[in-house]
Amino acid sequence: MSSRRAFALALGVCAGLVVLFLALPVVAIFVDSSPGALLESLGEEGALDALWLSLRCTAIAIAIVLVAGTPAAYLIATRSFRGRAAVITAIELPLVLPPAVAGIALLASLGPSGILGGAIESAGIRLSLATAGVVVALVFVSAPFYVRQAIAAFGAVDRTLLDASRTLGVSEARSFARVMIPAAAPGLAAGTALALGRALGEFGATLMFAGSFQGITQTVPLAIYDRFATDFDSALALSAVLVAVSAAILLAVKLLVRGEPLGGWGTR
Amino acid sequence: MLSLAARTTLGDTELDVELEVEPGECLALAGPSGAGKTSVLRVAAGLLRPRAGRVAVGARVWLDTERGVDVPPEERRCGYVFQDYALFPHLSAWRNVAYPLRRLPRAERRWRALELLDRFGLAARADAHPATLSGGERQRVALARALALEPQLILLDEPLAALDARTRASAARELAAVLRETPVPAILVTHDFTEAAQLGDRVAVIDRGRIVQQGSPSELAAAPRSAFVADFTGAVVLAGTARPGPDGLTRVELEGGGEVASTDAGEGPVWASVYPWEITVEPAGEKPHGSALNWVEAEVLTVTEVGNRVRLGLAGPQPLAAEVTAGSVERLRLRPGARVVATWKATATRLVPH
Repeated sequence: MSSRRAFALALGVCAGLVVLFLALPVVAIFVDSSPGALLESLGEEGALDALWLSLRCTAIAIAIVLVAGTPAAYLIATRSFRGRAAVITAIELPLVLPPAVAGIALLASLGPSGILGGAIESAGIRLSLATAGVVVALVFVSAPFYVRQAIAAFGAVDRTLLDASRTLGVSEARSFARVMIPAAAPGLAAGTALALGRALGEFGATLMFAGSFQGITQTVPLAIYDRFATDFDSALALSAVLVAVSAAILLAVKLLVRGEPLGGWGTR
Repeated sequence: MLSLAARTTLGDTELDVELEVEPGECLALAGPSGAGKTSVLRVAAGLLRPRAGRVAVGARVWLDTERGVDVPPEERRCGYVFQDYALFPHLSAWRNVAYPLRRLPRAERRWRALELLDRFGLAARADAHPATLSGGERQRVALARALALEPQLILLDEPLAALDARTRASAARELAAVLRETPVPAILVTHDFTEAAQLGDRVAVIDRGRIVQQGSPSELAAAPRSAFVADFTGAVVLAGTARPGPDGLTRVELEGGGEVASTDAGEGPVWASVYPWEITVEPAGEKPHGSALNWVEAEVLTVTEVGNRVRLGLAGPQPLAAEVTAGSVERLRLRPGARVVATWKATATRLVPH
């Protein structure tokens, strides 16, 4: 066998193993749970509550991340200022925090006895053991995925587009909306998909910061964990639902940007 | 009329320019890359704020650092064609052109954009996105977009540089026609003297942040005031020391050997410049017998076709270049390594103080 063919074979085997290893567990969820059991599990007490809570909290969290994160990412990408690298590192840090540490960190900062706990309480806002707390946890863990990607996307947009827009009579604020966001759209969409996936699957920080109360803070991942010791089939079915919803969202975002995973529009 | 004065620091170059452009006139700002050409355009458009400066078009003052006036770019109405055209990638050709027309009603906006595209022969490409347009088409869309707002000033940054040689000739003709028809001042930036001569009514040569000479293209080519300008306009520049000769001509002793005569006056260290097309080439060994006073022996280094001419790179006491016809190259067997005598007239030799 020639070395070229051996190399091609090695590549093929590695690719096959990677795909198999990553796909097998996901496929197993669907193989092990019949469609009937799936529907049945949704009818169970608490399952629909969990799904609805997950979708609602994720939607609110992602909306917050987009509205606050997009201008922040634009500012960081287009201005050079002292301490820019430190700011970017601070934004990226939650990416590498273990979920348990993220939960502790949220408790220590925003929890009842945290740094800002008193201020939050006196403002009449309740975060721990409340749905708002779930949203805070989701924003905390998903924002870095979006903001990081958005900084890269804005950074890759040709700055002369902004100059051109301004010489054509459009202020910077309007140029941001009319040129910079559309030109960065593929990258922003990719970041949104990553943040959505992270928010929907969030577990550790939510459990520690907001707790696991059905209908209030028990999102789908928490509901799965709640069941798996007592009713494995039910946990399996709920997992299948979560995978299907996540896949649907990922697919929708990909279709939205017509298969451009991270790229830009290209100027040529 | 545009009057612009700007002083500012660009990296390690100090920009210090002052220029005026009449309505309907096109000033070609020519110079090597890094000379500060684009920065002049950015100052005019308001994209770069100089340390000190003043920009006024007619009675409107756009920038006056002394009086604290700085009109933002979006209120200056400059038709700026950027070097890579800066078309918006997410918008079709007509939407790019209609982009600045947002104050018009919807229907009129499209109609006006199509009218502009049609003027540049692009009506059929109105719905195409920039990524699917050719270089020449992109250049015309950028031009149409820059003209959409009826600008008070036109700024063109290397508008032909991104085009291939074949498209460039027709694009240059078209651009020259547009510039003739547009009654406002225009500045065109280029690193190519031929392009500057073709499109500019007047050429300002800029080097290291300063305008070193201004004039009509033929004035610059015929009477370069510095070696840099002579070199930039395509001339061969030789270093030497001048002294008045007995016959009323100036003799220049060349560095590296040889002597040439010039009808220009001069004394001391000088640059002697001559255009390659003024230099004739004869086989080595033959004494020049024409009226040409100047001759040096040289070896052919390179033979390059330039349009219908051939440019010879010559290694003499100092590097030289001569332009001859393809026929002469054949007849005299001019190949790299051939020994030749290069001759030219004293009247074609310009002297510039060193």
